[in-house]
Amino acid sequence: MKESELRERTRVLLDEVHPDDEGVSRVDFRSAQFDHGLALVHFPEGLGGFGLSPKLQAVVNEEIQSHAKTFYENLVVNPIGIGMGAPVVLTYGSEEQKRTLIKRIYTGEDIWCQMFSEPSAGSDVAGLSTRAVRDGDDWVLNGQKVWTTLAHVSKWGMLLARTNPDVPKHDGLSYFLLDMESPGVDVRPLYQITAEAEFNEVFLNDVRIPHEQMLGAEGQGWRVAITTLMNERSALGGGSSRKGGGPVSVLTRILAESGAQRSPAEQAILEDKATQLYIRAELLRLTTQRAKATQRSGNPGPEGSVGKLAQAEIYKDVWETCVAALGDDGLLYEPGYELRRPTGDFRGTGESSAEKHILQAKYQLLRSQANSIEGGTSEIMRNILGERVLGLPGEPRVDKEIAWKDVPRG
Amino acid sequence: MAFEFSDEHEELRRTVRQFFENESDETKVRELMASERGFEDATWKQMAEELGLAGLIVPEIHGGADFGAVELAIVMEEMGRALLCAPYLSSAVLATSAILLAAEETAQKELLPRLASGDATATLAFAEKVSPWDLSAIAMAAEGDGASVTLSGEKTFVLDGTTADEIVVVARSNGNLTLFQVAGDAAGLTREALPPLDPTRKLAKLRFESTPAARISTGDAEPALRRALARTVTALASEQLGGSQRCLEMATDYAKTRLQFGRPIGSYQAIKHQCADMLVEVEFARSAAYSAAFALDEDDDGAEVAAAMAKSFCSEAYSHAAKRNLQIHGGMGFTWEHPAHLYLKRAKSSEMLFGSPISHRAKVAAAVGIGSA
Ligand SMILES: Cc1cc2nc3c(=O)[nH]c(=O)nc-3n(C[C@H](O)[C@H](O)[C@H](O)COP(=O)(O)OP(=O)(O)OC[C@H]3O[C@@H](n4cnc5c(N)ncnc54)[C@H](O)[C@@H]3O)c2cc1C
Repeated sequence: MKESELRERTRVLLDEVHPDDEGVSRVDFRSAQFDHGLALVHFPEGLGGFGLSPKLQAVVNEEIQSHAKTFYENLVVNPIGIGMGAPVVLTYGSEEQKRTLIKRIYTGEDIWCQMFSEPSAGSDVAGLSTRAVRDGDDWVLNGQKVWTTLAHVSKWGMLLARTNPDVPKHDGLSYFLLDMESPGVDVRPLYQITAEAEFNEVFLNDVRIPHEQMLGAEGQGWRVAITTLMNERSALGGGSSRKGGGPVSVLTRILAESGAQRSPAEQAILEDKATQLYIRAELLRLTTQRAKATQRSGNPGPEGSVGKLAQAEIYKDVWETCVAALGDDGLLYEPGYELRRPTGDFRGTGESSAEKHILQAKYQLLRSQANSIEGGTSEIMRNILGERVLGLPGEPRVDKEIAWKDVPRG
Repeated sequence: MAFEFSDEHEELRRTVRQFFENESDETKVRELMASERGFEDATWKQMAEELGLAGLIVPEIHGGADFGAVELAIVMEEMGRALLCAPYLSSAVLATSAILLAAEETAQKELLPRLASGDATATLAFAEKVSPWDLSAIAMAAEGDGASVTLSGEKTFVLDGTTADEIVVVARSNGNLTLFQVAGDAAGLTREALPPLDPTRKLAKLRFESTPAARISTGDAEPALRRALARTVTALASEQLGGSQRCLEMATDYAKTRLQFGRPIGSYQAIKHQCADMLVEVEFARSAAYSAAFALDEDDDGAEVAAAMAKSFCSEAYSHAAKRNLQIHGGMGFTWEHPAHLYLKRAKSSEMLFGSPISHRAKVAAAVGIGSA
């Protein structure tokens, strides 16, 4: 399909339902967008797309943005569901699951979360301990998950559990879709350094999951998990889709608006630093674009770790530079540290008053510290690039050949 | 330069470390950082009376211990390690140094014994909205020529400004920078707490509206204030060193005990090398902070430059150590529950307090002849 045809189809959609119109809710609009195949253009026909290259989604988005003030970002609507849940269901789900789950993910009617990490299994997620035991048509789960982002508002969890402790760790895992409303699921907030609880700990006490909700075969959970993780990395690593967009645009604004407070020498140093960051962010965008151009459809591979690693490190540096540019104002933190569930007020990408930028930068100085941890740490990204992409020999392993139950943990 | 600590110095370090381990443990820090007042009177009194810390650098004739910058460095390093919540930097260091170096004798006699005994705290209000750390940018001017004047205007980033019993205000009189004493509860003074990035150190904005004030210095106090700030910045560099060292210890302890893939994470070079790099930086920070303190006590001409060097280096070393410590702790390091963020916030805010690393490096550059004339 040509770009011009996609644009034409997008205009037809907008004629039919317009997101700015009163009475047209997010669900109404995104539901129609899905039915028109303009939601996830790289998905098959009937499931929100046309089987096109993923880079063409940008054409649709552009067209919507140029004809409407309202634009729903996937990352805001349902970051984990759209970034990871949908591709995983598409790859491993039954026809029935694809039909019932994917659209509700896209519209944001069902929020999804990822239940991989546990207290003793983070980087080494394949070493996890949550047990699933077969009982008739169900599996019965016991264990604890941590850092589960959005679990408190989720309908579905992508859950990795151990079904066989007597084989090496990768071989004893299975992958489940957990209905978060099931009895025995206990979600408790975990507060972050911003004083917000985006993530949770989730306790599982004799939670029953029907066998049909296992994705992939028993013992094949690691393969499904890898698909999930690679999609996560590409979701977390794209950089901005617009030249000069994203965090760097905030830095540019802050430098322009607060210049009078600084000595010319300090201004020159910060400008050079900002320019270096602008260039790195731009090259991240172009590298992502290049990677997308060669990927037709299907799931991303280990090279996605380039973008994940680079984005984490660039963004952390950008936010820190923003606060350095604020100078003495950076001593103050207006949101305060009252423990709370996030509201997202000053993280928004929407409005753009100077004040809002400043608050966003201060907040992100703290929040971005997690960029190099969530979705796989920067150290692990470097290991993946070294070992999976460049083919360098791995570290000596003590846990690969032996039964999971015999591996030291802590 | 000798850098030698005597047995008495080591004893001082042991004593204060022990005291802060008991009186400023993490639970206490969290309790105080969430409180409005930010410190505990009983502990402050104990620090003053039992350990002589409030009057550490106050001369004996004014009731102090008469110690110098080196002893202060030791104490500040321990406070930084423990993230002590107390008006020490504001009262016992900043205000005390300003009074010692710039105030008249009668004022010293009246104020210093009260500060040394812990009966009262003081702070120095000098920063204004425009170029806050630049003494020459101070614009507030006193009304009246005599011993009693009135002050109007605003001071910001005042350390412990809402709790200090005495406020030493820097304002102009006939164009000269001059110290004025204002009671914390004076008429026409409004004290507003500012929301700090680092909740373990309280900041305030003070509004003066024809507030009565007593003149406590004569002539131009700018050179003396400059030295008082160099002393304060040197002490702060030691505090930053103490925090960095603690981050290094937390990170290495965790790296030895946390297992992933069946091995301690410290056995991976990605982690081991980060710890090693942190060690090098902390050792450099130590040299910077100690040499600046020794230079002050030896009346070295280079003391102000050494202070600027120490502030710029220790600031960044602390930020790096705090961020690395958080990273090495993984998800746990990003939680409210873990102390890593308390150090990060202290590091980032003390990096900006009294001027950025770039501005302190500019002072070094000018002094050592870097740059075109
Ligand atoms: C904000 C946030 C949101 C998150 N959301 C989710 C979520 O929704 N669902 C979910 O399942 N998880 C989530 N996580 C968890 C995240 O995936 C883990 O924190 C991460 O994988 C690291 O695991 P860990 O915290 O156990 O740290 P550890 O794995 O214990 O790592 C500690 C340190 O050791 C290093 N390290 C470990 N192994 C190696 C190695 N082999 N070589 C070199 N260095 C190594 C790490 O890089 C890190 O610096 C989230 C985390 C954060 C911070």
